Amino acid sequence: MRHLMTCMKPYRTVSVLAPLFKLFEAAMELTVPLVVGAIVDVGIANGDRGYVVSACLLLAAFGLAGLAFALTAQFFAAKAAVGTSAELRHRLFEKLLSFSYAQIDDMGTASMVTRMTSDVNQVQNGVNMTLRILLRSPIVVFGAALMAFFVDPYGGLVILGVIPLLMIVVFAVMALTVPRNRAVQEKLDDVYLSARENLAGARVIRAFRMEKKEEAEFEQKSKSLLGEQIGVGRIAALTAPLTFALVNLAVIVLIWVGALRVELGSLSQGDVLALYNYLALILVELIKFVNLIVTVSKSVSCMKRIGAVLDSEGEERGGVCPEPDKTAPHIAFEDVSFTYPGAGAPALEGITFTVAAGETVGILGGTGSGKSTLVRLLPRFYEIGGGSLKVWGREISSIPKDALRKSIGYVPQRAQLFAGTIASNLRWGNEEASDEALLHAAELAEARDVVEAKGGIYGPVAQEGRNLSGGQRQRLTIARALVKDPDILVLDDSSSALDYRTDARLGETLKSLPQTVFLVSQRVSSVMRADKIIVLDEGRIAGMGTHDELMAGCELYRRIYESQTEETA
Amino acid sequence: MKNMTLSSVFRYLKPYALPIALVLLCALAVVAGQLLAPFFAGRAIDCITAEGIDRAGLAANLAGIGGALLLVLPFQWAMGLFNNRIAYRVLCDLRRDAFQKLSRLPLRYVDGRAYGDVANVIVTDAEQFSEGLLLGFTQFFTGILTIVGVLGIMLALRWEVALVVFCITPVSFFVARSISKRTYKSFRAQAEARAEEAAYADEMLAGLKVVKAFSREEAAGRTFDEKNRALERASLRAVFFSSTANPATRFVNALVYAAVTLVGGFLVISTAGMAAPFTVGSLGMFLSYANQYTKPFNEISEVVTEFQNALACAARIFALLAEEEEPSDAEYPDLGTVRGEVSAEHVAFSYDPARPLIEDFDLSVKAGMRVAIVGPTGCGKTTLINLLMRFYDVDAGTVSVDGHDIRTVTRASLRRNYGMVLQETWLKTGTVRENLKMGRPDASDEEMIEAAKAAKAHSFIRRLPKGYDTVIGDEGILSAGQKQLLCIARVMLCRPPMLILDEATSNIDTHTERLVQQAFDTLMEGRTSFVVAHRLSTIVHSDLILVMKDGKIVEQGTHGELLEKGGFYAGLYRAGFAH
Repeated sequence: MRHLMTCMKPYRTVSVLAPLFKLFEAAMELTVPLVVGAIVDVGIANGDRGYVVSACLLLAAFGLAGLAFALTAQFFAAKAAVGTSAELRHRLFEKLLSFSYAQIDDMGTASMVTRMTSDVNQVQNGVNMTLRILLRSPIVVFGAALMAFFVDPYGGLVILGVIPLLMIVVFAVMALTVPRNRAVQEKLDDVYLSARENLAGARVIRAFRMEKKEEAEFEQKSKSLLGEQIGVGRIAALTAPLTFALVNLAVIVLIWVGALRVELGSLSQGDVLALYNYLALILVELIKFVNLIVTVSKSVSCMKRIGAVLDSEGEERGGVCPEPDKTAPHIAFEDVSFTYPGAGAPALEGITFTVAAGETVGILGGTGSGKSTLVRLLPRFYEIGGGSLKVWGREISSIPKDALRKSIGYVPQRAQLFAGTIASNLRWGNEEASDEALLHAAELAEARDVVEAKGGIYGPVAQEGRNLSGGQRQRLTIARALVKDPDILVLDDSSSALDYRTDARLGETLKSLPQTVFLVSQRVSSVMRADKIIVLDEGRIAGMGTHDELMAGCELYRRIYESQTEETA
Repeated sequence: MKNMTLSSVFRYLKPYALPIALVLLCALAVVAGQLLAPFFAGRAIDCITAEGIDRAGLAANLAGIGGALLLVLPFQWAMGLFNNRIAYRVLCDLRRDAFQKLSRLPLRYVDGRAYGDVANVIVTDAEQFSEGLLLGFTQFFTGILTIVGVLGIMLALRWEVALVVFCITPVSFFVARSISKRTYKSFRAQAEARAEEAAYADEMLAGLKVVKAFSREEAAGRTFDEKNRALERASLRAVFFSSTANPATRFVNALVYAAVTLVGGFLVISTAGMAAPFTVGSLGMFLSYANQYTKPFNEISEVVTEFQNALACAARIFALLAEEEEPSDAEYPDLGTVRGEVSAEHVAFSYDPARPLIEDFDLSVKAGMRVAIVGPTGCGKTTLINLLMRFYDVDAGTVSVDGHDIRTVTRASLRRNYGMVLQETWLKTGTVRENLKMGRPDASDEEMIEAAKAAKAHSFIRRLPKGYDTVIGDEGILSAGQKQLLCIARVMLCRPPMLILDEATSNIDTHTERLVQQAFDTLMEGRTSFVVAHRLSTIVHSDLILVMKDGKIVEQGTHGELLEKGGFYAGLYRAGFAH
């Protein structure tokens, strides 16, 4: 709720004005009975037709004024609600962007997306309704009760007596539905995840003829959501009849008490009618209010989910960069260890090595040996668990992530591109890069033919690069990192889909670059020319050195090499 | 368009005809009770006069209120329950149909759209649609009934005044209609702006790790803000327009009220002293009923705008449901278990008719042959798999298996005969066990573990926090290689007669790969296999090599034949030796 308030802050004025104008409108409505009373008492009693006509024109004028007030109020309410939700989406997206890799792993894309969309929509609805009706209702209810008090204190007491009962009903319904609505929203996440996953995995699902099974699973999730929704509805459906019953019970008591008071001569028949009218007014107002409780209750639970995201601490990216010590090695690992959150065993342990500027480091190892994890520590995607990792002699934790990432060209394992053009994707590396620079990078990344095949660098790229093959995507992601012209280039097993010929040419190119290069690969051929090769085995360094040194001294390396040369020779 | 949407909506409501009838019945009881309560209250107040109190009459009328209350209480609750049930079940039906539609849509459709966009139609639009329906149902019916009921009472009381009310009412409808037209358009614009923003958010959040790697947070934030502002503008219009309906009809109500007062007042003055005078008391009663009469118009106008939004969303759902499906294969026979003879005759295919890709392609593969597909990256190897698996249909010519044109058998039976491992791994959110048994849910745990061992996945699975019961997904901490091993184990468990391996081991280290390869070799023994690979040993020992370039098959033959030819393959082969 705190977040909602701060998001509403720029709309403070309109948020106050909206209910205020609503109040004006209500006042117009409340004066109508007075005018009608005057028509009866003055116009009709004296047979003054002129008075009746002018008073009726006044009523129409009140109607017009009411319309003007109401339209103003609606506009302000809409502005506040829409503006607040836009701000909320903005903050939410900004917060999600600041999430660390671990937080991304934890939350998952589907949940992030539903929070951005359906949760925020629900909040917008809630704010709009609250400003338009919810704030007006209590004022009208208490106002009417107060007026009743002036007519007759006993009658007023009856009306005041029923209000707490009505409040109990309303709050009980709120208290019961808010947590359930939260469950509804979580089930909705599930359903969205299922739908999205099925689109992403369409090929595999069809290949394994899982369509029916997936449909059954979706149906089950959907049914479970249905059950939860019907459960909430069952409680919410109680509100309206209970309200009606309570108010009409009050009517019975009121008329009975009124009759007794009339008998005592302290009240007139007209007063009883007036009291009854106030109660009727309260009922009408409450019915509107109750209809909204459902909306508001949903909004509250959605806001809680959004709040949970906004409350979480994203990663700190900015800060002051310490002066680099260029006499120190470019990168130094010392007894570095790392364990993934929730994992049973460390992914890396006792990693120690140094890299001089401009060196090319090959990282070789079996599947799951920790190669990728090792290079993911460099841009601080994940923070080291123990030991020390220094860049230019400075502890990596003291270097702001932004500065660090700007100096690293990272090519991820999964070649992910974004909807747009080849150029728009490559310019992720550098907004200002010229067309020639993009072409040059594509050339270095052996992606010149990809550019040509797509009709130039302004050729289209579909979402996730689906109009390109795996190898084409990989080469573009390498080009994207090269456009950045970084100090450190990290290729996280990103030439796996390339054929040997292309891979070999790429290897030559990379070696000739002035950058410090980390090259993660399964292939000895990719790393064998590196200045230093690190062989990993189950998270530990099994060997380190040049190709020749390792051939002489590292059993694992020799085994891998032999298995591969056998293949190629 | 709108009418089509409406008729589709009615089709979905049809199975719920009985509950809908029950809702109508409940509404009848509820409205009767709601109209009776003020009637009894008025009569009760009439029993209180300055001259004395008619206690018997008072008690009877108060009991009448109690009766009305007891009538409303259960029926209104029941109405709410039925109403919920209908709205949420229709929603559930819609979701189910939209989801089932996904598996019948051609891959061309899936490949050409943002996942988030389509998923949003199934989830968010459906939700908004049912919400409109839910809100609409009760209020609409009770509103109509109240109008009819009050009209009847007013006509019985004094037809002249009732006529006045009756004449002004259409204005209310007219206003509501003209507003709702505008609202529908602005709701559509809002739905589109919302979809665009959601699709962008979905894409960026799915690629969040890359966004971070390139410090693109600010740039992504800026683009998002632009879309967000566009949505804000569209929303403001939609929300404001929709909220003008209520005050506008309320204004009409005020006019009705003034007119009733005017006509009623004149009537009171002119009938004073007559045999059947229109008393002040009747005027009061009339005014309160006039109010009761116009209130539902407010509600209905509110409901109508809600309907507009619901319909705008429904239009998107029904557009998805109306998408052209893959031609049905229900009448075709099951392919059965094949020997594995695959042939292609005069096949032509292209993704874009303007850019022909494969033309007049012939292929003949005997059962048990090992076919290698080689060529530089991006040469279109995936296209071949798309055609073999019938993810896409050929434009001309035929692909047949064991002499059956694959378009004359069911897709499922064709695909059952293939085991596929793609370079792009895809795992379902679920346990390792669920993922491995994907192709053979009936497999025993022993068989599963054996397959995992053959795929060299058993040892790392065992080290996962919960072993085979660890929940994994497409995201998460498994490395690309580990995911690939799982995909291999998945196929090892199926042991189909034909295999398609597209860079199946590209992310696996060579040592493990050798072991996996041995398992594959055993598996491929006697099975027809199509292998996209770079490893020369795999290629050299193949029975047939297809050499592809720029989406076309440029050469085919055995290793020896192709070397002798001295063409493109020979060049590739020599480059391979350079390692």
